[in-house]
Amino acid sequence: MMATATEVGRREFLRLSASAGAALVVSFYSPAKGRAVQSQPTQNGLFTPNTWVCITPDNQVTVLVEKPEMGQGQRTTEAMLLAEELDIDFSTIRIEQAPTIPDIYKSLSTGRSGGTRAGWESVRKAGAQARAMFVIAAAQQWNVDKQECRTQNGAVIHAPTGRRLTYGELVEAASKLPEISAGAVSLKEPKDFRFIGKPLPRVDTPSKTDGSAGFGIDVRVPDMLYAVIARCPHFGGKLENFDATAAKKISGVRAVFPVPPLGFLDICGYGGRNLNTAGGVAVIADSTWAAIQARKALKLQWDKGPGGNETTDSLRSVLERQGTAAPTFIALDRGDAGKGLDKAAKKIEATYELPFTAHATMEPMNTTVHVRDREIEIWSPTQWANVIQDEIATLSGLPKNKVIVHMTLSGGSFGRRAQWDYAAEAWQVARQVKKPVQLLWTREDDIQHDFYREYSYHRLLGGLDTQGKIVAWSHRVVSTPIRPVFDSPESLKDPQHSAEVGGADSLPYFCPNIRLDYAPAPSAVPRAWWRSVESSFTAFAVECFVDELAHAAARDPYEFRMDLLHEDSKAPSGDGPDTRKFRGVLQLAAEKAGWGKRLPAGWGRGIACHWSFGSYVAHVAEVSTEKDSAVRVRRVVTAVDCGTAVNPDGVRAMAEGAINFALTPVLGGEITIKDGAVEQSNFHDYQVLRLNQAPDIEVHIMPSTDPPSGMGEPGVPPLAPAVANAIFAATGVRVRRLPVDSRLLQESLYQLGGPPRSGEQICFRG
Amino acid sequence: MAGMNLLVNSKKYEIDGAPETPLLWVLRDTIGLTGTKFGCGMGLCGACTVHLDGDAARSCQTPVGSVGAKKITTIEGLSTDRSHPVQKAWIAEQVPQCGYCQSGQIMQAVAFLTKNPHPTRDEIDQAMSGNICRCGTYQRIRRAIQQAATDAA
Repeated sequence: MMATATEVGRREFLRLSASAGAALVVSFYSPAKGRAVQSQPTQNGLFTPNTWVCITPDNQVTVLVEKPEMGQGQRTTEAMLLAEELDIDFSTIRIEQAPTIPDIYKSLSTGRSGGTRAGWESVRKAGAQARAMFVIAAAQQWNVDKQECRTQNGAVIHAPTGRRLTYGELVEAASKLPEISAGAVSLKEPKDFRFIGKPLPRVDTPSKTDGSAGFGIDVRVPDMLYAVIARCPHFGGKLENFDATAAKKISGVRAVFPVPPLGFLDICGYGGRNLNTAGGVAVIADSTWAAIQARKALKLQWDKGPGGNETTDSLRSVLERQGTAAPTFIALDRGDAGKGLDKAAKKIEATYELPFTAHATMEPMNTTVHVRDREIEIWSPTQWANVIQDEIATLSGLPKNKVIVHMTLSGGSFGRRAQWDYAAEAWQVARQVKKPVQLLWTREDDIQHDFYREYSYHRLLGGLDTQGKIVAWSHRVVSTPIRPVFDSPESLKDPQHSAEVGGADSLPYFCPNIRLDYAPAPSAVPRAWWRSVESSFTAFAVECFVDELAHAAARDPYEFRMDLLHEDSKAPSGDGPDTRKFRGVLQLAAEKAGWGKRLPAGWGRGIACHWSFGSYVAHVAEVSTEKDSAVRVRRVVTAVDCGTAVNPDGVRAMAEGAINFALTPVLGGEITIKDGAVEQSNFHDYQVLRLNQAPDIEVHIMPSTDPPSGMGEPGVPPLAPAVANAIFAATGVRVRRLPVDSRLLQESLYQLGGPPRSGEQICFRG
Repeated sequence: MAGMNLLVNSKKYEIDGAPETPLLWVLRDTIGLTGTKFGCGMGLCGACTVHLDGDAARSCQTPVGSVGAKKITTIEGLSTDRSHPVQKAWIAEQVPQCGYCQSGQIMQAVAFLTKNPHPTRDEIDQAMSGNICRCGTYQRIRRAIQQAATDAA
């Protein structure tokens, strides 16, 4: 089916709503309140915007989507869920981004791969409520029992007589009915689904093939100006002096002024706030180009600040030291890992290291702000409009309802746009200019002022008994923690809040003696959520180490995992992963990949799996090693269990995207530090995956009628270990630091004199 | 600050400004054609790709003064109704995720297919590797180009 729902701009929507006369407007079931919000009959034919679904007499159904669209297909998923229960043609739905109205739209954000999960109940209930009201309205009009009525594609039908009224014809009557509670409507059985589970085309595809999709950077407001900021390159440093004489002479330049840093409280020590801006000098001009040129002409002097001596090497020595220091918290302590290791027949130890890596969204950070007398209007490609509204209200002293935030399309996010630093900067600039201003970050700004994935270091010890079973497991995680950036340093001592070891704490493999603990490494470098967050590095350590244990036990790494995934390995609390589902995805991926079948000489196959955001993902990666370019990832076969795959093509797209995204820090993307500043600046020295490096990908989805779980992130964590394990299978070399250092790999291959000899493990760290 | 005449999507524009200004910013900030995107400003990512007389060009590295009489085509000028075979293939294969890089990807693919209507996979990989997609739609881009090549045959 090639149905295509359409997107609609807010202005057009209001016009349509106004011209269409009466409208039935139904709000979503709110689980927090436990009841539906009152349905809102329209007044004077005008849309009342404290609602989510609007149906007008011309049969137009519009859904207001709270979640941002940043590539994950949110708008399409919500349209599908609504169409399913409202019983309308998916292709007729219009989609609009919900506005920031405090106390009404409370979830103008997404994260934790939660978009589909959030809408699974609430959006369907809203559709079912509206449908039930149309049925009652029709039954009353015909003076028949509502049990004799059914719906079909946007109309109510009286089965015995064949009479039919469209939803549009019933809008006026339905809007006068009393509210039907969400609890009073039942949802469809999966066997009756029309749209859910079908691969439907995305609603935003057409606008993304003709240049009409509007991103934050495309916002154009009459009389607007353009701005860039020269930021302090040293994290925690500050502006000492600047000379703008030459900059001001550049044609089109309107103003040059310093902007102070916001936040950045004691970040070197760990402390901080959910806001860090570097501060520096802003340049305002008639065009983006003039602003960029003028910035180049600035003479700037920086105070490096307390983090000015930090380098990647200095940080690394701290991380290594913390690998054996006293832990700040113990996340898991089952049995006695120490005794278990002492008694083990074979003891294996390994350390793994993953450096800082950047988000590098294709659309650089930007925000347009117009500060008026008693009102601020903001257009931002953000993952979290609520927080921009809240915080700009705090900074400006205006009430929240005087801070209007338009959430535009985002050109990628991957966690980056959950920060609101760039919106705060845009406000800082715009408040000094009495005109709308678009603040744009260049790619250099983006690479050098990201909130990077944490630098992490892992020390693992494993014990095997004489039968090759794991009898002890000890994992020390060291990282530049993200939690105290948003919380108090004290949070690092609380094992109940073990976010820093996320993913490592849901070890699915059976082992009687497990210990998982944590020690932090202070750094001046800002860091935050990067697609799949802690799982993106803990899964690398865990799944590589399991592979090393399998090898030490002389077992096939797939079979070794399958044997360890039995009921006994379930977390005692019962809220951990389901080992059966783990086995399911491992088996599916292994079967589809042809696990155990011969590969060409110099190729290797590796397997890894992980559970995150409720979903199970297993990857089998195939790599080839070549004399000139070292490692090439040829093929990735993936199996996912994400519960109900609402839009299977969307699930595939997310898995493909996650694999490609995860390959960047494996093959090249590394952020290094010198003088407390980032050494890389653009795509020549921060190398992201390109098309000629992209492997063939096959995605297999486990059939399921369970509620949907996340898919934006879960494909990321098992990819790096699957590739590293494949490199070992191909070369006998253990990759224990990312990105893969092809030079060292080549040397090792050279020393080996060719392909690997079985039983040999060469380990190196970069 | 001499006036320059530009022919963009078959429309004439008279532009004032410095001739060294990159075409990208003239298209986006002066003419208001925002379909062409800024990605890196160094010709490293391909998001700003347009056509000059049918050849793919990185508009962030093209001084507006160097364009002269060459016909400029942007994503907005590729077709009026998304009917170009490459746009159709992009929709059929459901390529875009965030969509930000796709104008550049499509313009690059169109110019490439014009010169090489029946490319091999290696040729596609080579031609498209200057265009970065962070969402990771590469496999679908490959398929869409193969699809467009087949449809045109």
